[in-house]
Amino acid sequence: MTGPNLSHVAPNAPATPMSAGQQVLQATGLTRRFGGLIAVNNVSFEVRRGEIFGLIGPNGAGKTTLFNLMTGLTPPSSGKLTFGGKDITALPPHRVAGLGIGRTFQNIRLFKILSALENVKIAQHARTGAGLIQGLTGRDRAEERLVSERAWALLDLVGLANRAGEEAGNFSYGDQRRLEIARALATQPQVLLLDEPAAGMNTSEKGELTGFIRRVRDEYELTVMVIEHHVPLVMNLCDRVAVLNFGELIAVGDPASVQRDPKVIEAYLGG
Amino acid sequence: MDFLQTYGFLIVTMLQQGLLGLSLYFPLMAGQLSLASPGFYAMGGYIAAIILTAPQFAGWREALGNWIFPVTWLLAGLASAVLGVIVGVPALRLRGIYLALATIAFVQILQVLSLNLSITGGAIGLFGIPQAFGFVDRWQYIWIFLPAVIVVLLFAHRLQGSRVGRAFRAIREDELAADAMGIPPTRYKVLAFVIGAVLAGVVGAMSAPFLNTWNARQGTFDASIAFLAYTLIGGSRSMWGPLLGGALLASLPELLRSLADWRLVINGLVLVVASLYLPQGIVGALGKLRRKAPPQRPSPQVKPALGDTP
Repeated sequence: MTGPNLSHVAPNAPATPMSAGQQVLQATGLTRRFGGLIAVNNVSFEVRRGEIFGLIGPNGAGKTTLFNLMTGLTPPSSGKLTFGGKDITALPPHRVAGLGIGRTFQNIRLFKILSALENVKIAQHARTGAGLIQGLTGRDRAEERLVSERAWALLDLVGLANRAGEEAGNFSYGDQRRLEIARALATQPQVLLLDEPAAGMNTSEKGELTGFIRRVRDEYELTVMVIEHHVPLVMNLCDRVAVLNFGELIAVGDPASVQRDPKVIEAYLGG
Repeated sequence: MDFLQTYGFLIVTMLQQGLLGLSLYFPLMAGQLSLASPGFYAMGGYIAAIILTAPQFAGWREALGNWIFPVTWLLAGLASAVLGVIVGVPALRLRGIYLALATIAFVQILQVLSLNLSITGGAIGLFGIPQAFGFVDRWQYIWIFLPAVIVVLLFAHRLQGSRVGRAFRAIREDELAADAMGIPPTRYKVLAFVIGAVLAGVVGAMSAPFLNTWNARQGTFDASIAFLAYTLIGGSRSMWGPLLGGALLASLPELLRSLADWRLVINGLVLVVASLYLPQGIVGALGKLRRKAPPQRPSPQVKPALGDTP
């Protein structure tokens, strides 16, 4: 399997080169309360560079809230989050994205009435710099060309280049999920957070997704964190898996040992 | 010449109102419904009226000659930009209808100020504002307002195709997703608001000589609603919408003059019918008829060796 030549859309090299296996993300005692509900309770874990890290758990376990805490969409009540050694706990979402954490959404949040191409162009915002004056005077031409080339290459990657001009909202569920991945990649992340990428996909699409995520990880030298319900996909795809239940982290480890963990079995089957 | 003598004032008014409609369009590009334009319009007009009539500025007028008029536009634009940032930063924390209400309050505050300050002539206002560039007829203001419309349309066109324009659209469609994709929403919302403010302020400064007098009736709640109607009728998703809406609604009372008092009824009917049957405005409805050309891939093409796609 040869992937598209994406050398010209390679992600920004990290400021300090990190070797594989080195920790890239670290959560310490991350907690979020909503009124009386503790959605995420004292969660600590680390994600290593280059791995595919699965996050599973029953409905309402706090998985998406954890993603929102990690991307600045929801400020944590307490705890600390570092990315490449830098404290990102209190940063707003656009700063987190600018530093190199890209994401997709469980409830797909594409810019629905804009074209697929434009969705992918928009997400390059933090990697480009043309201001109002450059835009008005046409001094953004070289940059615009690059933005366009990157956008087309990303649409190629997800197989949607032939529908570049169509409104994103018209796409099928599976295509919208793929477009959201392309849009997240357009932010040129080092870490990619995928929130239920297989939801709404049919069985054959789900099967292809595993290979696709691996390929993207390799091409872009990414670290991937993925929330997924579909157990065979998680077991196939992930290097390590963390299990959340009622906001607490109950297990972390390789897929096989997590699957045998009595606490995990109890959480899924009900004790 | 007869035509211009009769309809010149109307045509200039249509262009002027079209520009004011466009001043709402820029914040709307970033999804922000601001009704602050009449405030900036009134302030711009006062700045021009004061510079053009007050004895303190006699030296400026003598030294600059006709250049005094562009100078009033420039100063009105600068003042609007500064006030736009001061008002915009706190106001744009609000969303939707709350932002609209806050901006209406801003217009009211400026109106009360202008009614009570001596420099703005209090309730009487300022009058005897000299005609721009020695114009002898009102229709000649077309030489100011027509180029202004063209410049603003070119500006909007370039803006839409640029990185900043994309950021505006992203925020309009989904502010949270835009934020997560690396776009700082507050910065771009304030920028869009300030562009609209500067346009309204400059149009005010251009309008003061045209209307000859300037008073507190120039920036009212009624004007806020009128400008809003321009964008609703014309359409808020294209720069042609507010321009067309402004021109059309400014012309209706004149075109229907023969109907006497009934013209106000017709005017109201047009508003109701348009909002019922053209929810995206006239330009929005016309745009649906037009097929968009598919985007052109830049050449020389990037030729990725296509792997199997998921």
